[in-house]
Amino acid sequence: MADKLNQKENFLKGIIKDNPVFVMLLGMCPTLGVTSTAFNGLGMGIATLFVLLMSNIVVSIIKKQIPSKVRIPAFIIIIASFVTIVEMVLEAYIPFLFEQLGIFIPLIVVNCLILGRAEAFASKNNIVSSIVDALGMGIGFTIALTLLGAGREILGSGSLFDFRFVSEDANTFILFILPPGAFIALAYLTYLFNRFTAKTN
Amino acid sequence: MEFILILIAAVFVNNIVLSQFLGICPFFGVSNKVSTSVGMSGAVLFVMTLATLATYLLYEFVLVPSGLDYLRTITFILVIASLVQMVEIVLKKVSPPLYQALGVFLPLITTNCAVLGVAILALGMENGSLLKAVFFAVANSVGFALALIVFASIRERLELVDLPKGMQGVPINLLVAGLLSLAFLGFTGLV
Amino acid sequence: MMSPKKSSFFNMTLTLFVITLVAGISLGFINDLTIGPKAKAKLERKVNALKEVLSDFDNNPVEDVVMIKSEKAKDSIEIYPAFLGENRTGTAIVGSSENGYSGLVKIMVGFNPDKTIQNIVVLEQKETPGLGTKMKDDKFIRQFRGKDPSSFDMQVKKDGGEVDALTGATITTRAFCEAAQLAYDVLLEENLPEATPTQVEPGNE
Repeated sequence: MADKLNQKENFLKGIIKDNPVFVMLLGMCPTLGVTSTAFNGLGMGIATLFVLLMSNIVVSIIKKQIPSKVRIPAFIIIIASFVTIVEMVLEAYIPFLFEQLGIFIPLIVVNCLILGRAEAFASKNNIVSSIVDALGMGIGFTIALTLLGAGREILGSGSLFDFRFVSEDANTFILFILPPGAFIALAYLTYLFNRFTAKTN
Repeated sequence: MEFILILIAAVFVNNIVLSQFLGICPFFGVSNKVSTSVGMSGAVLFVMTLATLATYLLYEFVLVPSGLDYLRTITFILVIASLVQMVEIVLKKVSPPLYQALGVFLPLITTNCAVLGVAILALGMENGSLLKAVFFAVANSVGFALALIVFASIRERLELVDLPKGMQGVPINLLVAGLLSLAFLGFTGLV
Repeated sequence: MMSPKKSSFFNMTLTLFVITLVAGISLGFINDLTIGPKAKAKLERKVNALKEVLSDFDNNPVEDVVMIKSEKAKDSIEIYPAFLGENRTGTAIVGSSENGYSGLVKIMVGFNPDKTIQNIVVLEQKETPGLGTKMKDDKFIRQFRGKDPSSFDMQVKKDGGEVDALTGATITTRAFCEAAQLAYDVLLEENLPEATPTQVEPGNE
């Protein structure tokens, strides 16, 4: 059915064609800031996915009630609320991740990805489509962050998800867990992504 | 004096863009021309300073005393959004050409993680005071301006260069930013 | 398919007001839910730290904590006595320094009754990942274990002491040493009793 096909495309676009990180360049700050390990990248991705999903759902439900002129402030309040929920839940139940992600947790609220999807999609589409859109974008975002985090962790600390595969005294490319390494690693990852999508097109 | 230390640390050692990763979106978005970079830096300076002033006061005198500090994120972002609206209105009246030049970037300052980030960071300063927090904001916008303008001048030259296909656009910009960040890393022992 | 609701002043204010109200109430509700677990998580971290830095004890050091004020640190200094029955088995003291690269470095130092260091655990720090954060590694901390600070000079070798600094993180190491020294100074000042806990006089300085 035409509708079913649409949803598949709707979902997949967030992963490849319109990947938030590699194609749309949204959410750069957390992408560079928390990816010194794969675990942190994954954690941030999931936290962002949660906020994106919830905000898309709420916006899609009440879209007819929001006067056009105040839609941005309205979206912001909704998004900020879910971010605050994530803040509180993480601090209470997963304090380790809370400490690692630090200031980037409240910064989820200014992740242009979430506001962007609310404005461009959720406010114009039904709930099911909005959910699928959020899932696609959120998972695409999470994959990008986890890949980047894994790359930086392997090269920079000789471990993956905290599982060391080199001895403690081994020399690793420390650069990759420092700020310049974030830029450089993402540069090459994006380059690889571009080559990959050019081939499959 | 302590303020000199804050300035040097914010501009060079802990540069807001190149080492704290805040303000990346406008950093890549506006830096294709030096002239727009200067304009954006000015807007950021104005908004960041005012925002930190307002949010610091709000936090210390309203949120904390009433035990509502979990509302920090939501109130801060609303303050910032309102401030940006005001800047837009003022700019439209006072300098239409600048308003035109900055175009779509002004509302983007709301989602500039640097503004919200600095506002939150200012709360965690040791022996904080309003004056220190505001100075911290000013210092960070100077750091933002420095990174942005240097990056823009490099980008203007990059336009004239041949690059492999996959490297064009995003990847090469990131690479240059990485090299800039590496250069700034050299300031580490300063403070 | 933009909203058919008119952007009249009344509509705009009402919508924002309602959304804010709902948001505020939900957040307040969740805040109440999470306050308990948050405090519990904090306490658990402290107890785990105590277990790591002290040898056996059967009292509850958290309950027996002694807080003293000192000009050397901003907050009061926490002293945790450890007892096995009637005998003192050690003391854990929280030392801190604001001179880390990114500010506060807070560590818990566990001392044996003979005033040597049993172990150290890092409580709070915001140092550079991969460089300063390596202060948490066993490789760095083990040089402190078993040492007697009265003869082991806790400054970095660069400053004439005996501590091997972290690679690329001398400032962080200095802060760590400062914090450890603070803990030791407090230990000496307090003249804590060897037997059952009693009230301690505040440090004289």
